[in-house]
Amino acid sequence: MSSDAFKDAETLVEMRDIHMEGRSDEEWHPIIKGVDLTLRKGEVLGLIGESGAGKSTLGLASMGFCRDGVRISKGSVIFDGIDLLAASAEEKRQLLGKRIAYVAQSAAASFNPAHRLIDQHTEAPISHGVLSKEDSEADGMELYRKLRLPNPDEIGFRYPHQVSGGQLQRAMTAMAMACRPDLIIFDEPTTALDVTTQIEVLASIREIVEEFNTAAIYITHDLAVVAQMADTIKVLLKGDEVEEAETREMLSNPKQDYTKSLWAVREFQRPQKPAVQTGTTPVIAVQNVTAAYGKVDVLHDVSFDIHQGRTVAVVGESGSGKSTTARCITGLLPPRLGQISLAGTALPLDYRKRDREQLKKIQMIYQMADTALNPRKTVGEIIGRPVEFYTGLTGAAKRKRVEELMDQIELPASQFIDRLPSEMSGGQKQRVGIARSLAAEPEFIICDEVTSALDQLVAEGILRLLADLQDKLNLSYMFITHDLATVKSIADEVVVMKDGNVVEAGPKTEMFTPPHHPYTDLLLSSVPEMDPDWLTNLLQERGVDNIGDAAVGKMT
Amino acid sequence: MSGIMTFIIALIVIAFAGWVFRFVGQKATNNAPTFRDMPFAVAFGYALGVAALIWAVWTYVQAQFILPEAEANKYFFFVVAIHGLLLAGAAAYVFRLLGRIVGTAGSRKLFRQMPLTAAFGVLVILVYAFMAIFAGALAPHGQEEVFAQANVVPGGNPALGGNPDFPLGTDQIGRDILSRLIYGARNTVGIAFVTTLIAFVVGGGLGFLAATLRGWVDQVLSRAVDVLMAIPALIFALLLITVAKAWVDGTGLTIAMILIMALIDSTRVFRLARAVGMNIVVMDYIEAAKLRGEKLSYIVFREILPNATAPLLAEFGLRFCFVFLTISSLSFLGVGIQPPLADWGTMVKDMSSFINYAAFAPQVSAAPLLAAGAIALLTVAVNFVVDWMLHRSSGLKD
Amino acid sequence: MNSVLKIIAQRLALGLLTLFIVSIVIFAAVNLLPGDFAEAILGQGATPEAVAAIRTDLGLDQHPVLRYFQWLGGVLQGDLGNSFAQANFASFVGDDSGVRTTVAQQIAPRFANTMFLAGVTAAIAVPFAVTLGILAALYRNSVFDRAANITTLSSISSPEFFLAYVLILFLAVLNPWLPSLSNIYDGMAFSERLEKTLLPALTLTLVVTAHMMRMTRAAIINLLASPYIEMARLKGIKPMRVIVKHALPNALAPIINVIALNLAYLITGVVVVEVVFVYPGIGQLFVDSVKIRDIPVVQACCLIFAAAYILLNLTADILSIVSNPRLRHPK
Repeated sequence: MSSDAFKDAETLVEMRDIHMEGRSDEEWHPIIKGVDLTLRKGEVLGLIGESGAGKSTLGLASMGFCRDGVRISKGSVIFDGIDLLAASAEEKRQLLGKRIAYVAQSAAASFNPAHRLIDQHTEAPISHGVLSKEDSEADGMELYRKLRLPNPDEIGFRYPHQVSGGQLQRAMTAMAMACRPDLIIFDEPTTALDVTTQIEVLASIREIVEEFNTAAIYITHDLAVVAQMADTIKVLLKGDEVEEAETREMLSNPKQDYTKSLWAVREFQRPQKPAVQTGTTPVIAVQNVTAAYGKVDVLHDVSFDIHQGRTVAVVGESGSGKSTTARCITGLLPPRLGQISLAGTALPLDYRKRDREQLKKIQMIYQMADTALNPRKTVGEIIGRPVEFYTGLTGAAKRKRVEELMDQIELPASQFIDRLPSEMSGGQKQRVGIARSLAAEPEFIICDEVTSALDQLVAEGILRLLADLQDKLNLSYMFITHDLATVKSIADEVVVMKDGNVVEAGPKTEMFTPPHHPYTDLLLSSVPEMDPDWLTNLLQERGVDNIGDAAVGKMT
Repeated sequence: MSGIMTFIIALIVIAFAGWVFRFVGQKATNNAPTFRDMPFAVAFGYALGVAALIWAVWTYVQAQFILPEAEANKYFFFVVAIHGLLLAGAAAYVFRLLGRIVGTAGSRKLFRQMPLTAAFGVLVILVYAFMAIFAGALAPHGQEEVFAQANVVPGGNPALGGNPDFPLGTDQIGRDILSRLIYGARNTVGIAFVTTLIAFVVGGGLGFLAATLRGWVDQVLSRAVDVLMAIPALIFALLLITVAKAWVDGTGLTIAMILIMALIDSTRVFRLARAVGMNIVVMDYIEAAKLRGEKLSYIVFREILPNATAPLLAEFGLRFCFVFLTISSLSFLGVGIQPPLADWGTMVKDMSSFINYAAFAPQVSAAPLLAAGAIALLTVAVNFVVDWMLHRSSGLKD
Repeated sequence: MNSVLKIIAQRLALGLLTLFIVSIVIFAAVNLLPGDFAEAILGQGATPEAVAAIRTDLGLDQHPVLRYFQWLGGVLQGDLGNSFAQANFASFVGDDSGVRTTVAQQIAPRFANTMFLAGVTAAIAVPFAVTLGILAALYRNSVFDRAANITTLSSISSPEFFLAYVLILFLAVLNPWLPSLSNIYDGMAFSERLEKTLLPALTLTLVVTAHMMRMTRAAIINLLASPYIEMARLKGIKPMRVIVKHALPNALAPIINVIALNLAYLITGVVVVEVVFVYPGIGQLFVDSVKIRDIPVVQACCLIFAAAYILLNLTADILSIVSNPRLRHPK
């Protein structure tokens, strides 16, 4: 698996000094600023970078394709001796689908809703004259089987909306393989999936790419994923190449500061606090809560406590009821049964019946800073409103308090107080959201996926800030997340949820050491690690049938 | 038959020209991507465009310089249209140039990004507003003043039956057309503006209320609006005006019509305001305000309204056009703005028979078209501006 | 398939309910106002006898709710009542023979004429607009697209009567190709009828085409931006096949919607255009009745227009449900 193996292989794609520009406001702005890329036959290149690094744009350019409003202003793309930038539209069309294939991020949106999967699968082979319809159909079913799709002989006759996301992603990989191309571009194929589904897709993509010795460009922002998939890794930052190296070399010995800082993110970890003494009153107690949307129960008898100065991480996949629990605590969704207690006294279930003192003590920080801050209000107004509302401060006293709060979130007031949310970066906006909740002087803050919309470096800054604030102000956090790396770094206790039930709960150290509930085990084991052998080892340990959704199916 | 044959032959010639154009382009540019990947349909389109342009220029030259006057009359309106188009383009260009030089940094930036159509729209709106506000000072005569000379031909040339006192002539009972056009700006545009304003206050207010309160208030209002919208606007307006006619007349009927149109249009505004409100209400900052314990009035006026102004402003333009056109149609049908107020729709109706003189006395038939054109020009202008606003706001989202 | 039928049945029921409520609104609008219509019709010089005669004649002495159901019952049987003009006449002359032209008899031939006009318009406008809309979407931001944008925007902005007079000017007066008056009568030859209908139909076509083309363009552009179209291109499918096989099946629902909505829009346009061309259709009858305050005819026309409008919107709704693959092939 070392890139030395490819030293002698023929060059498949050669991109030289690529400059790309995007059009906005009637002007062209640079997106890619001079990147070289060489891919040999059978090699898998991982292309990583934060959002806006230009990795998808570069990936598409390697196919000689530009989206609307994007152009290649300089450079050359040679695919197996063919100059893609000089080739006619017809010549390029002959290559696409036949020798170069593409797997998109959202399989649900990239399959045509009007046609069956198998008809879309066979379209490229038939129109390129590679296979007949019958042969291509049979081959498609064979590929479905290789990719371990359930009912491979039948699943192709379904429409896209009748198939789950993880299965669609594998069906799209099969479709890309239909003409046995020399090159496949994978554009964040697992980003939209839950971890337990992701692992299945990763395993099957890797297997099939190896089997047919296909060269691939694997685009992702997730380092741990790319570590499993790629032979070589190239790091991009804002349209520039940072460095490129063989995977193991890159992981163990990054050269550039930016790459080092990316790697270091994964290492932030707080020491776990000692266990809470029995008999202390929790700040928030969720007691036997059952809640429903309409007539359907979505939470079943959920109970857990959150103590002063502690962080409880509530983890689970989408649809597990994490956010619903938060809505019950804030009173937006009054539970059907059970109650919520604040420092030992039961709270009214509906937020409209709670008094100002009770509302003040429970605050929230949202996932999307864009929708959490009113775009028409300045930072000063956003933070100032709760200050005035809860403490009654006005004028200079209010301004002083706002400046104090901005100091706490490490945004200089002199520079930011009059800015609108649209004039700040994602991380800065999230900090303003934190300041707004601190302005109420709360005891308890719900953090709803606060870092999942942010790039890793920025996310780490937010986590460190939250940890500091907790120590200084003795806050309690409920941390809703699907990202177990975040859990590892910040939580004291962990609550695992699945389908509206609490599966398991306990201190972090216990939760990360076996033995535990099989679902917790599956969830934890599905989170990719930076070790390039992680997936290989896991598959050996558990076997292909005991990972991902297949394993979840066995549990129930 | 020969007409059809000419048409077919012309098409074949154009198709051939398109093919030649592409072929020559490929050879001349050494297969540059533009020509290499050009489908035949596109080449044909270019050839067709060029052919149309040649025809227009040829006709214009014929009418202006070659044909005798009697025959050129046939192309009078064509020539006027070409002149109008060129003039409008030049005026808009100069206006935009001016806007780029004069004004604050913000307004200069706005003018730099503005397409010519939008600049034209802004210019026309300004001119109309000026006319409407200063109608009393601008108009040479009163809007109800009847003169002895009826049916004076526009143009002011006595040889053709004009009169310099009435540059655009007089109508069938001897009222000055220019003055009535200018007063029409105040009456027609003013009434449409007031109507739209009422519709926005009523419909917008109720829409936001429904979006914020939800529950039964929303249900009742929305269902009521559904029913009212199931009757086409013009039809419903005619029905209600029939009823109103039984009780009021003249200016009273005009006021009744304003209220009726405002009611009908407020249903459309309600729909939009509610949708815009709904989009804002689901935002997390509204949830944060609710959880803070804020009152309803604070949420509506401080959190929702500032975010709703941009989409509502664009919609105001569109609603205004709709109301303006509907009121003009009602007036044209004789049940809209009532005398003594001068109004463009009514003017078209009154003078429509002049059209038939177009073949030999084109100036005569210009009068009704002027009034109708005045209506069209303003709506076109507003639409150009709104189109640009929508384009801008959608572009910023990307 | 079951769920689709269920949704369609729901929509149908909803449409009927709307129509029922609309009929109440129309009836209430003219009947529940304060004062007395009979007096209003006759004006100030009305003698009490004349007022009483008209009241009886129109059934105004009965309770409104009762009158509504009598009216509705009549409507359902095709009886739209007698027009005021006729009633007036009969009462004054005192010679009420009982033989009158009913509203239904007045409307029927005109209804057919209007349907003919709408049919001719749709036959020209729909293929024309959809083709142009698709072309504009395919070559978006080209010279053609920009020119089309400006032209359609101008056409939408012009009142129908302006377009009508411009067409009369160029196609009837300056170049005497088509008649500017549409005097249609029974027993006319089809070709002649078509010739007389062409100018009003062209006017309506201009208005409707502009709307329809813009909406089609927007729908197609929206569609072409979807990832599955990009996927089809990246599979190396021929451009024509991408359009026909991938875009069109999904574009069907939005295009059908656009067509139905614009045909509904025709209803408003028809009124003005019929007046301009003196076309003997239901729109002209409606305007005439409004002017002479002939309430039963106004009510009837209003109900017909509203019913057509609701029906077209309902059709749009149902067709787009049927053409949606997600609903046609449930999980």
